[in-house]
Amino acid sequence: MSVTRPEKSKLYYRKMPATWWLQKQSYFLFMLREFSSLFIALFLLVYLVEIYQLTKGPDAYAAFIHKLSSPGWIFFHVVVLLFALYHSFTWFQSSAVVLPVRLGEHLVPRQTVTALHIVAWAVISLVVLILFLTLKG
Amino acid sequence: MTMEKTTEPIWWGLFSAGGVVAAFLVPIHIILVGFALPLGWISDSGALYRIWWVKLYLFILIVLPLYHWGHRHYFTLNHMGLKPISKLLAVLCYGGAIFGTVVTVWVLLKI
Amino acid sequence: MAEPTITLNVTRYRPGQDQAPTTQAYAVPYKEDWVVLDALNHIKDQMDGTLSYRWSCRMGVCGSCGMMVNGTPKLTCAAFLRDYYPHEIRVEPLANFPIIRDLVIDMSDFLEKLKSVKPWIIRKEEKPVVQGEYLQTPAQLEAFHQFTQCINCMLCYAACPVYGLEPKFLGPAAIALGYRYNMDSRDQGKEQRAIIGNHDGIWDCTFVGECSVVCPKDVDPAAAIQRSKVDMTKNWFQSILMPWGQR
Repeated sequence: MSVTRPEKSKLYYRKMPATWWLQKQSYFLFMLREFSSLFIALFLLVYLVEIYQLTKGPDAYAAFIHKLSSPGWIFFHVVVLLFALYHSFTWFQSSAVVLPVRLGEHLVPRQTVTALHIVAWAVISLVVLILFLTLKG
Repeated sequence: MTMEKTTEPIWWGLFSAGGVVAAFLVPIHIILVGFALPLGWISDSGALYRIWWVKLYLFILIVLPLYHWGHRHYFTLNHMGLKPISKLLAVLCYGGAIFGTVVTVWVLLKI
Repeated sequence: MAEPTITLNVTRYRPGQDQAPTTQAYAVPYKEDWVVLDALNHIKDQMDGTLSYRWSCRMGVCGSCGMMVNGTPKLTCAAFLRDYYPHEIRVEPLANFPIIRDLVIDMSDFLEKLKSVKPWIIRKEEKPVVQGEYLQTPAQLEAFHQFTQCINCMLCYAACPVYGLEPKFLGPAAIALGYRYNMDSRDQGKEQRAIIGNHDGIWDCTFVGECSVVCPKDVDPAAAIQRSKVDMTKNWFQSILMPWGQR
């Protein structure tokens, strides 16, 4: 049986615009999620610069901390925190999809796995906070 | 093993590890560095950063999310119409992460 | 008393005649139990016989009637008019595929990709019939069952922005199909499906996740792709760190 293929020259190709991610809410949220990694990286650079101040002496470190109290920097960290939380939440949702959890016969529902991740995150954050308070000078 | 000689698994592995570190650890550090210290809720001299295992922790905290960013950003920029300069993007993104790794190690050793 | 109507704005494209697709508006009777496919059939039967589109079972199992309904890939036999009424409905051909005519797209790329993952049981040595059937526990079946439900409707390809930007991408359905065979306990052909682990295979995917959102059969191709990434990464590191332990 011979197959009739469509004539390639008469096909109409629709091109995808570079602004495709602005055309649908789900695509836009996806882009926000992807960009969260940039804000996280920027924050870590700021943190690294803060730690670097220690090579210039304790006054430099204190001065940098003081610099971060300006409204501009507070705003930056609010934005960064929102993106970081969005990354965490979407990462925990993704983990539930990627790594199915079986308890004997049953598959643990994804929402439960996500919730457990969030609990773990809260516990870990608390541990880090306690360690910081204990070790700091 | 007849898999094509792709190095993707390395980058994806680093991306994943970075994603886990960022998801679990970064928010609390933002609260400490961005709010608790500057706004005076907690005071700190920075002495703890000289402890060896704290430096190791910092290395993981800072470096792995850089690879998470590099891998993700490479794909994001490609998909936002910059595919023609794909090779340059690879250098900027993955190279940026590698450069960040070197700088981090340098700083941690110096303090 | 006039019967209520609803307007469908339908893409028209005549190959060799039109330079580009246009939109034609049709006011069809609004019936509460009608789906978009019913409306298209009404247009074809009563109003404009020149309209071309694909359909068959009209009950969501054949995968033929996929189109963009208000910008979302849907099976038109499952898109109820009442969910859009009284607003106008935009009906366009499935995104990311070239248009042949009106609402009919060229699916040859999709078919090539399905073939390329070797979607059949591959054995290192065939089991002779006299030895009996392959035995499979319920757990072994569960490992791949949901990925057998694909009806090849291509909604996932229309939803995937990566496929739209990178036509060489193997795509959700093809990868999910390959995963289905890789996870089947009867299969021994994982190495022959290496195309899945190539650059235009799983690694192009950025887990947008829209493919699984639009899938009418809950195949969850996004899960298949991400699990394949974990699988391949584990295997890759194992082969580098422990090259002697090859199965």
